[in-house]
Amino acid sequence: MNSFTYARAQDVQMAIAEKTSGTETKFIAGGTNLTDLMKVNVENPTHVVDIRRLPLKQITETESGGLRLGALATNAETAYHELVETRYPLLAKAILAGASAQLRNMATNGGNPLQRTRCYYFYDTATACNKREPGSGCSAINGFNRIHAILGTSEHCIAVHPSDMAVALTALDATVNVSGPNGERSIPFLEFHRLPGDTPHLDTNLGADEIITSIDLPAKGFAEYNTYLKLRDRTSYAFALVSVAAALAIEGDIIKEARIALGGVAHKPWRKPEAEATLVGKEATPENFKLFARELVAGAKGFGHNDFKIELAHRAIVRALLQAAKKEALI
Amino acid sequence: MPHNAETEVAGKPLASLPPTHTVTLNINGSDKKLELAPWVSLLDALREYLHLTGTKKGCDHGQCGACTVLVNGTRINSCMTLAIMEEGNEITTIEGLAKGDELHPVQAAFVEHDAYQCGYCTPGQICSAVGLLSEGKAKTADDIKELMSGNICRCGAYSNIVTAIEQVMQQKGGQAHE
Repeated sequence: MNSFTYARAQDVQMAIAEKTSGTETKFIAGGTNLTDLMKVNVENPTHVVDIRRLPLKQITETESGGLRLGALATNAETAYHELVETRYPLLAKAILAGASAQLRNMATNGGNPLQRTRCYYFYDTATACNKREPGSGCSAINGFNRIHAILGTSEHCIAVHPSDMAVALTALDATVNVSGPNGERSIPFLEFHRLPGDTPHLDTNLGADEIITSIDLPAKGFAEYNTYLKLRDRTSYAFALVSVAAALAIEGDIIKEARIALGGVAHKPWRKPEAEATLVGKEATPENFKLFARELVAGAKGFGHNDFKIELAHRAIVRALLQAAKKEALI
Repeated sequence: MPHNAETEVAGKPLASLPPTHTVTLNINGSDKKLELAPWVSLLDALREYLHLTGTKKGCDHGQCGACTVLVNGTRINSCMTLAIMEEGNEITTIEGLAKGDELHPVQAAFVEHDAYQCGYCTPGQICSAVGLLSEGKAKTADDIKELMSGNICRCGAYSNIVTAIEQVMQQKGGQAHE
Protein backbone atom coordinates (compact mmCIF):
# COMPACT_ATOMS: atom_id res chain seq x y z
CA MET A 1 0.00 0.00 0.00
CA ASN A 2 1.22 3.48 -0.80
CA SER A 3 1.41 6.11 1.90
CA PHE A 4 -1.41 8.62 2.19
CA THR A 5 -2.69 11.35 4.47
CA TYR A 6 -5.91 10.90 6.41
CA ALA A 7 -8.76 13.21 7.33
CA ARG A 8 -12.02 12.55 9.11
CA ALA A 9 -14.96 14.41 7.61
CA GLN A 10 -17.39 15.87 10.15
CA ASP A 11 -20.11 16.79 7.66
CA VAL A 12 -20.99 16.36 3.98
CA GLN A 13 -19.70 19.81 3.01
CA MET A 14 -16.33 19.11 4.60
CA ALA A 15 -16.15 15.79 2.78
CA ILE A 16 -16.83 17.46 -0.58
CA ALA A 17 -14.30 20.21 0.16
CA GLU A 18 -11.64 17.62 1.03
CA LYS A 19 -12.38 15.76 -2.20
CA THR A 20 -12.25 18.89 -4.35
CA SER A 21 -8.97 20.09 -2.86
CA GLY A 22 -6.86 17.09 -3.82
CA THR A 23 -6.45 15.30 -7.12
CA GLU A 24 -5.90 11.81 -5.75
CA THR A 25 -8.41 11.84 -2.92
CA LYS A 26 -10.66 8.90 -2.07
CA PHE A 27 -13.54 8.59 0.34
CA ILE A 28 -13.45 5.59 2.65
CA ALA A 29 -16.45 4.18 4.54
CA GLY A 30 -16.78 0.40 4.77
CA GLY A 31 -13.39 0.14 3.10
CA THR A 32 -13.92 -3.45 2.00
CA ASN A 33 -13.03 -2.79 -1.64
CA LEU A 34 -10.84 0.32 -1.43
CA THR A 35 -8.52 -1.18 1.22
CA ASP A 36 -8.18 -4.31 -0.87
CA LEU A 37 -7.36 -2.33 -4.02
CA MET A 38 -4.86 -0.15 -2.17
CA LYS A 39 -3.04 -3.28 -0.97
CA VAL A 40 -2.53 -4.45 -4.56
CA ASN A 41 -1.62 -0.93 -5.75
CA VAL A 42 -4.59 -0.63 -8.09
CA GLU A 43 -5.93 2.33 -6.12
CA ASN A 44 -3.18 4.70 -4.97
CA PRO A 45 -4.82 7.72 -3.34
CA THR A 46 -2.53 10.29 -1.73
CA HIS A 47 -5.32 11.45 0.59
CA VAL A 48 -8.08 9.35 2.17
CA VAL A 49 -11.15 10.99 3.69
CA ASP A 50 -12.99 8.94 6.29
CA ILE A 51 -16.71 9.64 5.80
CA ARG A 52 -17.96 7.00 8.23
CA ARG A 53 -19.05 9.56 10.84
CA LEU A 54 -21.27 11.56 8.52
CA PRO A 55 -24.95 11.52 9.57
CA LEU A 56 -26.04 9.30 6.68
CA LYS A 57 -26.87 6.09 8.51
CA GLN A 58 -30.65 6.35 8.70
CA ILE A 59 -33.23 4.26 6.88
CA THR A 60 -36.42 6.33 6.73
CA GLU A 61 -39.75 6.37 4.92
CA THR A 62 -40.12 9.02 2.22
CA GLU A 63 -43.15 11.27 1.69
CA SER A 64 -43.97 9.46 -1.54
CA GLY A 65 -44.34 6.16 0.30
CA GLY A 66 -40.91 4.84 -0.52
CA LEU A 67 -37.83 4.22 1.58
CA ARG A 68 -34.62 6.25 1.82
CA LEU A 69 -31.51 4.17 2.51
CA GLY A 70 -28.76 6.25 4.08
CA ALA A 71 -25.47 5.92 2.23
CA LEU A 72 -23.67 4.88 5.40
CA ALA A 73 -26.15 2.28 6.63
CA THR A 74 -24.35 -1.02 6.25
CA ASN A 75 -25.51 -3.68 3.84
CA ALA A 76 -26.38 -5.93 6.80
CA GLU A 77 -28.39 -3.20 8.56
CA THR A 78 -30.28 -2.64 5.31
CA ALA A 79 -30.98 -6.28 4.45
CA TYR A 80 -32.22 -7.00 7.98
CA HIS A 81 -34.21 -3.77 8.34
CA GLU A 82 -37.85 -4.57 9.00
CA LEU A 83 -39.19 -2.30 6.25
CA VAL A 84 -36.73 -3.70 3.70
CA GLU A 85 -37.54 -7.29 4.67
CA THR A 86 -41.28 -6.77 4.42
CA ARG A 87 -41.63 -4.24 1.58
CA TYR A 88 -38.50 -4.84 -0.52
CA PRO A 89 -37.61 -8.51 0.01
CA LEU A 90 -35.93 -8.57 -3.41
CA LEU A 91 -33.34 -6.10 -2.14
CA ALA A 92 -32.84 -8.03 1.10
CA LYS A 93 -32.31 -11.28 -0.84
CA ALA A 94 -29.83 -9.69 -3.24
CA ILE A 95 -27.76 -8.12 -0.46
CA LEU A 96 -27.66 -11.37 1.50
CA ALA A 97 -26.59 -13.26 -1.64
CA GLY A 98 -23.40 -11.18 -1.77
CA ALA A 99 -20.10 -11.31 0.12
CA SER A 100 -19.83 -12.72 3.66
CA ALA A 101 -21.51 -11.74 6.92
CA GLN A 102 -18.37 -9.86 8.02
CA LEU A 103 -18.15 -7.88 4.79
CA ARG A 104 -21.87 -7.08 4.83
CA ASN A 105 -21.37 -5.71 8.35
CA MET A 106 -18.76 -3.29 6.99
CA ALA A 107 -19.88 -2.46 3.44
CA THR A 108 -22.20 0.51 3.07
CA ASN A 109 -25.09 1.29 0.75
CA GLY A 110 -23.17 4.12 -0.88
CA GLY A 111 -20.03 2.05 -1.31
CA ASN A 112 -21.58 -1.14 -2.64
CA PRO A 113 -22.58 0.28 -6.06
CA LEU A 114 -19.13 1.92 -6.30
CA GLN A 115 -17.12 -1.28 -5.86
CA ARG A 116 -14.83 -2.07 -8.76
CA THR A 117 -14.82 -5.10 -11.03
CA ARG A 118 -13.15 -8.33 -9.91
CA CYS A 119 -11.65 -8.90 -13.40
CA TYR A 120 -8.36 -10.72 -12.74
CA TYR A 121 -6.46 -8.39 -15.05
CA PHE A 122 -7.81 -5.24 -13.41
CA TYR A 123 -6.29 -6.55 -10.16
CA ASP A 124 -2.99 -7.64 -11.70
CA THR A 125 -0.80 -4.58 -12.25
CA ALA A 126 1.63 -6.67 -14.33
CA THR A 127 -0.97 -6.93 -17.12
CA ALA A 128 -2.60 -4.48 -19.51
CA CYS A 129 -6.02 -3.17 -18.49
CA ASN A 130 -7.89 -0.22 -20.00
CA LYS A 131 -9.94 0.21 -16.84
CA ARG A 132 -6.86 0.49 -14.62
CA GLU A 133 -4.57 2.17 -17.14
CA PRO A 134 -6.51 3.70 -20.07
CA GLY A 135 -4.96 2.91 -23.44
CA SER A 136 -2.89 -0.05 -22.23
CA GLY A 137 -5.21 -2.65 -23.79
CA CYS A 138 -7.54 -5.38 -22.53
CA SER A 139 -5.95 -8.63 -21.42
CA ALA A 140 -9.29 -10.37 -20.88
CA ILE A 141 -10.63 -10.31 -24.43
CA ASN A 142 -8.06 -12.88 -25.56
CA GLY A 143 -7.22 -14.14 -22.08
CA PHE A 144 -9.01 -16.04 -19.35
CA ASN A 145 -12.50 -14.61 -19.57
CA ARG A 146 -14.79 -17.15 -17.93
CA ILE A 147 -16.23 -14.57 -15.52
CA HIS A 148 -16.51 -11.78 -18.06
CA ALA A 149 -19.31 -9.91 -19.84
CA ILE A 150 -21.49 -11.12 -22.70
CA LEU A 151 -23.60 -7.99 -23.12
CA GLY A 152 -22.72 -4.34 -23.75
CA THR A 153 -19.01 -5.04 -24.13
CA SER A 154 -16.59 -2.91 -26.13
CA GLU A 155 -13.30 -3.66 -27.81
CA HIS A 156 -11.69 -1.92 -24.83
CA CYS A 157 -13.24 -3.77 -21.88
CA ILE A 158 -15.32 -6.86 -21.09
CA ALA A 159 -15.39 -6.50 -17.30
CA VAL A 160 -18.57 -7.08 -15.30
CA HIS A 161 -19.91 -5.13 -12.36
CA PRO A 162 -19.73 -7.39 -9.29
CA SER A 163 -22.55 -6.03 -7.08
CA ASP A 164 -25.68 -8.05 -6.29
CA MET A 165 -27.31 -5.15 -4.48
CA ALA A 166 -27.05 -2.96 -7.57
CA VAL A 167 -28.92 -5.56 -9.65
CA ALA A 168 -31.91 -5.44 -7.28
CA LEU A 169 -31.76 -1.63 -7.06
CA THR A 170 -31.86 -1.47 -10.86
CA ALA A 171 -34.91 -3.75 -11.03
CA LEU A 172 -36.63 -1.71 -8.31
CA ASP A 173 -36.06 1.61 -10.13
CA ALA A 174 -34.11 3.09 -7.24
CA THR A 175 -32.60 6.58 -7.36
CA VAL A 176 -29.15 7.62 -6.18
CA ASN A 177 -29.04 10.97 -4.34
CA VAL A 178 -25.71 12.76 -4.50
CA SER A 179 -24.18 15.99 -3.22
CA GLY A 180 -21.41 17.97 -4.86
CA PRO A 181 -19.90 21.46 -5.01
CA ASN A 182 -22.86 22.55 -7.15
CA GLY A 183 -25.53 21.17 -4.85
CA GLU A 184 -27.62 18.04 -4.88
CA ARG A 185 -28.97 15.91 -7.70
CA SER A 186 -30.58 12.51 -8.20
CA ILE A 187 -29.53 9.85 -10.69
CA PRO A 188 -31.92 7.05 -11.70
CA PHE A 189 -30.20 3.76 -10.88
CA LEU A 190 -30.58 2.58 -14.46
CA GLU A 191 -28.35 5.49 -15.52
CA PHE A 192 -25.92 5.31 -12.62
CA HIS A 193 -23.50 2.76 -14.04
CA ARG A 194 -21.95 3.04 -17.50
CA LEU A 195 -21.15 0.67 -20.31
CA PRO A 196 -17.40 0.53 -21.03
CA GLY A 197 -17.41 2.05 -24.55
CA ASP A 198 -14.08 3.78 -25.04
CA THR A 199 -13.96 5.03 -21.43
CA PRO A 200 -13.87 1.81 -19.40
CA HIS A 201 -12.00 3.57 -16.59
CA LEU A 202 -15.31 5.27 -15.73
CA ASP A 203 -17.65 2.87 -13.91
CA THR A 204 -20.41 5.33 -13.05
CA ASN A 205 -21.83 8.76 -13.84
CA LEU A 206 -21.04 10.02 -10.34
CA GLY A 207 -18.95 13.20 -10.58
CA ALA A 208 -15.38 13.02 -9.28
CA ASP A 209 -16.22 15.53 -6.55
CA GLU A 210 -19.66 14.16 -5.68
CA ILE A 211 -20.67 11.99 -2.73
CA ILE A 212 -23.61 9.59 -2.50
CA THR A 213 -25.83 10.63 0.41
CA SER A 214 -28.69 8.14 0.06
CA ILE A 215 -30.54 5.74 -2.22
CA ASP A 216 -34.30 6.06 -2.63
CA LEU A 217 -36.63 3.14 -3.24
CA PRO A 218 -39.97 3.99 -4.84
CA ALA A 219 -43.20 2.97 -3.11
CA LYS A 220 -43.70 -0.10 -5.25
CA GLY A 221 -41.61 -2.92 -3.77
CA PHE A 222 -43.02 -6.01 -5.58
CA ALA A 223 -43.05 -7.79 -2.23
CA GLU A 224 -45.50 -10.48 -3.40
CA TYR A 225 -43.78 -11.77 -6.55
CA ASN A 226 -40.01 -11.50 -6.64
CA THR A 227 -36.82 -13.51 -6.61
CA TYR A 228 -33.08 -13.06 -6.70
CA LEU A 229 -31.48 -16.02 -8.42
CA LYS A 230 -27.69 -16.13 -8.23
CA LEU A 231 -25.70 -18.76 -10.09
CA ARG A 232 -22.05 -19.13 -9.10
CA ASP A 233 -19.22 -21.59 -8.69
CA ARG A 234 -20.02 -22.29 -5.02
CA THR A 235 -23.29 -21.71 -3.20
CA SER A 236 -22.05 -19.05 -0.82
CA TYR A 237 -19.50 -16.26 -0.82
CA ALA A 238 -18.77 -16.12 -4.55
CA PHE A 239 -19.48 -13.58 -7.25
CA ALA A 240 -22.28 -14.25 -9.73
CA LEU A 241 -21.64 -15.88 -13.07
CA VAL A 242 -25.21 -14.90 -13.87
CA SER A 243 -27.78 -13.44 -11.51
CA VAL A 244 -31.38 -12.39 -12.07
CA ALA A 245 -33.44 -9.92 -10.04
CA ALA A 246 -37.05 -10.50 -11.04
CA ALA A 247 -40.05 -8.52 -9.78
CA LEU A 248 -43.59 -9.08 -11.03
CA ALA A 249 -47.05 -7.68 -10.41
CA ILE A 250 -49.61 -10.39 -11.16
CA GLU A 251 -53.41 -10.26 -11.04
CA GLY A 252 -55.25 -13.48 -11.59
CA ASP A 253 -52.86 -15.24 -13.92
CA ILE A 254 -51.97 -12.13 -15.86
CA ILE A 255 -48.73 -10.17 -15.56
CA LYS A 256 -49.45 -6.49 -14.92
CA GLU A 257 -45.86 -5.35 -14.57
CA ALA A 258 -42.43 -6.93 -14.92
CA ARG A 259 -38.95 -5.74 -13.93
CA ILE A 260 -35.96 -7.92 -14.63
CA ALA A 261 -32.27 -7.03 -14.19
CA LEU A 262 -29.28 -9.27 -14.80
CA GLY A 263 -25.99 -9.33 -12.90
CA GLY A 264 -22.67 -10.90 -13.84
CA VAL A 265 -23.21 -10.35 -17.57
CA ALA A 266 -22.29 -6.73 -18.24
CA HIS A 267 -20.41 -3.63 -17.08
CA LYS A 268 -23.66 -2.58 -15.38
CA PRO A 269 -26.84 -4.30 -14.21
CA TRP A 270 -28.57 -5.25 -17.49
CA ARG A 271 -32.17 -4.24 -17.95
CA LYS A 272 -34.45 -3.55 -20.94
CA PRO A 273 -37.73 -1.83 -20.01
CA GLU A 274 -39.00 -2.17 -23.59
CA ALA A 275 -38.61 -5.96 -23.40
CA GLU A 276 -40.37 -6.01 -20.00
CA ALA A 277 -43.37 -4.28 -21.61
CA THR A 278 -43.86 -7.30 -23.88
CA LEU A 279 -44.66 -9.43 -20.80
CA VAL A 280 -47.54 -7.21 -19.70
CA GLY A 281 -50.92 -8.81 -20.29
CA LYS A 282 -49.37 -12.26 -20.72
CA GLU A 283 -49.60 -15.35 -18.54
CA ALA A 284 -46.66 -16.49 -16.43
CA THR A 285 -45.66 -19.49 -18.57
CA PRO A 286 -42.25 -20.94 -19.46
CA GLU A 287 -42.97 -20.19 -23.13
CA ASN A 288 -43.63 -16.49 -22.52
CA PHE A 289 -40.57 -16.23 -20.30
CA LYS A 290 -38.38 -17.93 -22.93
CA LEU A 291 -39.48 -15.36 -25.51
CA PHE A 292 -38.70 -12.60 -23.04
CA ALA A 293 -35.27 -14.09 -22.24
CA ARG A 294 -34.48 -14.04 -25.96
CA GLU A 295 -35.26 -10.30 -26.02
CA LEU A 296 -33.28 -9.45 -22.90
CA VAL A 297 -30.18 -11.42 -23.92
CA ALA A 298 -30.38 -10.44 -27.62
CA GLY A 299 -27.00 -9.55 -29.10
CA ALA A 300 -25.02 -11.44 -26.44
CA LYS A 301 -21.46 -12.25 -27.46
CA GLY A 302 -19.08 -14.70 -25.82
CA PHE A 303 -15.29 -14.47 -25.76
CA GLY A 304 -14.46 -18.15 -25.48
CA HIS A 305 -14.36 -19.21 -21.85
CA ASN A 306 -17.57 -17.33 -21.07
CA ASP A 307 -19.66 -18.61 -24.01
CA PHE A 308 -21.65 -20.75 -21.56
CA LYS A 309 -23.02 -17.63 -19.92
CA ILE A 310 -25.30 -16.95 -22.89
CA GLU A 311 -27.29 -20.17 -22.48
CA LEU A 312 -27.00 -19.88 -18.70
CA ALA A 313 -28.54 -16.39 -18.80
CA HIS A 314 -31.49 -17.60 -20.92
CA ARG A 315 -32.23 -20.44 -18.54
CA ALA A 316 -31.67 -18.36 -15.41
CA ILE A 317 -34.17 -15.73 -16.59
CA VAL A 318 -36.88 -18.35 -17.19
CA ARG A 319 -36.21 -20.06 -13.87
CA ALA A 320 -36.14 -16.78 -11.92
CA LEU A 321 -39.39 -15.56 -13.49
CA LEU A 322 -41.15 -18.85 -12.74
CA GLN A 323 -39.87 -18.66 -9.16
CA ALA A 324 -41.02 -15.05 -8.83
CA ALA A 325 -44.45 -15.98 -10.24
CA LYS A 326 -44.65 -18.88 -7.76
CA LYS A 327 -44.82 -21.36 -10.64
CA GLU A 328 -41.78 -23.38 -9.62
CA ALA A 329 -43.60 -26.58 -10.50
CA LEU A 330 -43.19 -25.60 -14.16
CA ILE A 331 -39.37 -25.37 -13.96
CA MET B 1 28.79 13.80 3.98
CA PRO B 2 27.76 10.31 5.05
CA HIS B 3 24.63 8.88 3.54
CA ASN B 4 21.73 8.57 5.83
CA ALA B 5 20.01 5.32 4.98
CA GLU B 6 16.77 6.57 6.42
CA THR B 7 16.48 9.59 4.20
CA GLU B 8 18.40 8.61 1.07
CA VAL B 9 18.49 5.62 -1.25
CA ALA B 10 21.17 5.48 -3.95
CA GLY B 11 21.94 9.13 -3.31
CA LYS B 12 18.34 10.22 -3.88
CA PRO B 13 16.34 11.64 -1.01
CA LEU B 14 13.25 9.67 -0.09
CA ALA B 15 9.95 11.49 -0.14
CA SER B 16 9.00 12.20 3.44
CA LEU B 17 6.20 10.04 4.76
CA PRO B 18 2.94 11.62 5.89
CA PRO B 19 2.76 12.17 9.64
CA THR B 20 1.59 9.48 12.03
CA HIS B 21 -1.47 10.01 14.22
CA THR B 22 -2.00 9.39 17.89
CA VAL B 23 -4.77 6.82 17.87
CA THR B 24 -6.57 5.52 20.94
CA LEU B 25 -8.11 2.11 20.44
CA ASN B 26 -10.35 0.43 22.97
CA ILE B 27 -9.28 -3.21 22.90
CA ASN B 28 -10.89 -5.80 25.14
CA GLY B 29 -12.05 -3.12 27.54
CA SER B 30 -8.92 -1.02 27.87
CA ASP B 31 -7.70 2.02 25.96
CA LYS B 32 -4.43 1.66 24.07
CA LYS B 33 -2.66 4.73 22.77
CA LEU B 34 -0.64 4.15 19.59
CA GLU B 35 1.34 6.20 17.09
CA LEU B 36 0.07 4.91 13.77
CA ALA B 37 0.43 5.76 10.11
CA PRO B 38 -3.04 6.04 8.56
CA TRP B 39 -2.53 3.00 6.34
CA VAL B 40 -2.03 0.57 9.25
CA SER B 41 -4.90 -1.91 9.22
CA LEU B 42 -6.67 -2.80 12.44
CA LEU B 43 -5.21 -6.30 12.02
CA ASP B 44 -1.65 -4.99 11.83
CA ALA B 45 -2.25 -2.66 14.78
CA LEU B 46 -3.41 -5.63 16.86
CA ARG B 47 -0.63 -7.97 15.86
CA GLU B 48 2.39 -5.75 15.23
CA TYR B 49 1.81 -2.84 17.62
CA LEU B 50 -0.14 -4.44 20.49
CA HIS B 51 1.25 -7.97 20.08
CA LEU B 52 -2.22 -9.45 20.33
CA THR B 53 -1.34 -12.25 17.94
CA GLY B 54 -4.44 -14.32 18.58
CA THR B 55 -6.07 -12.57 15.63
CA LYS B 56 -4.55 -14.20 12.56
CA LYS B 57 -3.51 -12.88 9.17
CA GLY B 58 -4.57 -15.34 6.49
CA CYS B 59 -5.21 -13.77 3.11
CA ASP B 60 -5.10 -10.08 4.20
CA HIS B 61 -7.81 -9.43 1.56
CA GLY B 62 -11.08 -10.10 3.38
CA GLN B 63 -11.52 -13.53 1.84
CA CYS B 64 -10.59 -16.03 4.55
CA GLY B 65 -12.01 -14.63 7.82
CA ALA B 66 -8.98 -15.54 9.96
CA CYS B 67 -8.74 -11.90 11.07
CA THR B 68 -12.36 -11.64 12.26
CA VAL B 69 -12.84 -9.48 15.36
CA LEU B 70 -15.86 -7.85 16.97
CA VAL B 71 -16.33 -4.10 16.73
CA ASN B 72 -19.13 -2.87 18.99
CA GLY B 73 -20.22 -6.51 19.06
CA THR B 74 -20.37 -6.81 15.27
CA ARG B 75 -18.06 -9.20 13.44
CA ILE B 76 -15.81 -7.65 10.78
CA ASN B 77 -12.59 -8.45 8.90
CA SER B 78 -9.87 -6.54 10.75
CA CYS B 79 -7.62 -6.67 7.66
CA MET B 80 -10.08 -4.56 5.66
CA THR B 81 -10.38 -1.61 7.99
CA LEU B 82 -7.86 1.05 8.92
CA ALA B 83 -7.03 1.14 12.63
CA ILE B 84 -7.46 4.91 12.72
CA MET B 85 -11.07 4.51 11.56
CA GLU B 86 -11.90 2.38 14.58
CA GLU B 87 -11.09 5.05 17.15
CA GLY B 88 -13.96 5.33 19.64
CA ASN B 89 -15.24 1.81 18.98
CA GLU B 90 -15.10 -1.16 21.34
CA ILE B 91 -12.92 -3.84 19.78
CA THR B 92 -13.04 -7.41 21.07
CA THR B 93 -10.46 -9.95 19.97
CA ILE B 94 -10.14 -13.63 20.76
CA GLU B 95 -8.00 -12.62 23.78
CA GLY B 96 -10.97 -10.73 25.22
CA LEU B 97 -13.64 -13.43 25.10
CA ALA B 98 -12.81 -15.53 28.16
CA LYS B 99 -13.54 -14.27 31.68
CA GLY B 100 -10.30 -15.11 33.43
CA ASP B 101 -9.99 -18.88 33.32
CA GLU B 102 -13.61 -19.32 32.29
CA LEU B 103 -13.88 -19.88 28.56
CA HIS B 104 -16.53 -18.14 26.50
CA PRO B 105 -19.31 -20.67 25.72
CA VAL B 106 -18.26 -20.70 22.04
CA GLN B 107 -14.64 -21.40 23.00
CA ALA B 108 -15.78 -24.22 25.30
CA ALA B 109 -17.98 -25.70 22.58
CA PHE B 110 -15.09 -25.62 20.08
CA VAL B 111 -12.94 -27.55 22.57
CA GLU B 112 -15.73 -29.99 23.36
CA HIS B 113 -16.46 -30.75 19.70
CA ASP B 114 -12.86 -30.67 18.45
CA ALA B 115 -13.85 -27.93 16.02
CA TYR B 116 -10.35 -27.41 14.62
CA GLN B 117 -7.28 -29.18 13.46
CA CYS B 118 -4.31 -26.86 12.93
CA GLY B 119 -6.09 -24.02 14.76
CA TYR B 120 -5.02 -21.16 12.52
CA CYS B 121 -8.54 -20.18 11.48
CA THR B 122 -9.98 -20.87 14.95
CA PRO B 123 -9.79 -17.39 16.54
CA GLY B 124 -11.57 -15.98 13.49
CA GLN B 125 -14.11 -18.80 13.49
CA ILE B 126 -14.87 -18.24 17.18
CA CYS B 127 -15.19 -14.45 16.90
CA SER B 128 -17.36 -14.92 13.82
CA ALA B 129 -19.57 -17.43 15.64
CA VAL B 130 -19.95 -15.03 18.59
CA GLY B 131 -21.05 -12.35 16.12
CA LEU B 132 -23.42 -14.77 14.38
CA LEU B 133 -25.07 -15.71 17.67
CA SER B 134 -25.65 -12.10 18.67
CA GLU B 135 -27.06 -11.30 15.21
CA GLY B 136 -29.69 -13.94 15.90
CA LYS B 137 -30.44 -14.67 12.22
CA ALA B 138 -29.37 -18.31 12.13
CA LYS B 139 -32.16 -20.77 12.98
CA THR B 140 -30.92 -23.98 11.36
CA ALA B 141 -27.61 -25.74 10.71
CA ASP B 142 -27.94 -24.65 7.08
CA ASP B 143 -28.25 -21.04 8.24
CA ILE B 144 -25.07 -21.46 10.29
CA LYS B 145 -23.23 -22.81 7.23
CA GLU B 146 -24.42 -19.90 5.08
CA LEU B 147 -23.66 -17.23 7.68
CA MET B 148 -20.22 -18.71 8.50
CA SER B 149 -19.17 -18.82 4.82
CA GLY B 150 -16.78 -15.92 5.37
CA ASN B 151 -14.54 -18.17 7.49
CA ILE B 152 -12.45 -20.67 5.60
CA CYS B 153 -10.97 -23.76 7.31
CA ARG B 154 -8.49 -25.52 5.08
CA CYS B 155 -8.23 -28.47 7.46
CA GLY B 156 -11.92 -29.01 6.84
CA ALA B 157 -13.21 -28.93 10.42
CA TYR B 158 -16.46 -27.46 9.16
CA SER B 159 -18.86 -30.13 10.41
CA ASN B 160 -17.53 -29.90 13.98
CA ILE B 161 -17.55 -26.11 13.81
CA VAL B 162 -21.24 -26.17 12.85
CA THR B 163 -21.99 -28.66 15.65
CA ALA B 164 -20.20 -26.48 18.20
CA ILE B 165 -22.10 -23.37 17.15
CA GLU B 166 -25.39 -25.28 17.07
CA GLN B 167 -24.83 -26.40 20.64
CA VAL B 168 -24.28 -22.86 21.91
CA MET B 169 -27.33 -21.71 19.96
CA GLN B 170 -29.43 -24.36 21.69
CA GLN B 171 -28.00 -23.40 25.08
CA LYS B 172 -29.06 -19.85 24.33
CA GLY B 173 -32.58 -21.04 23.53
CA GLY B 174 -32.31 -20.81 19.77
CA GLN B 175 -33.57 -23.51 17.46
CA ALA B 176 -30.79 -25.22 15.63
CA HIS B 177 -32.70 -28.16 14.24
CA GLU B 178 -33.08 -28.65 10.53
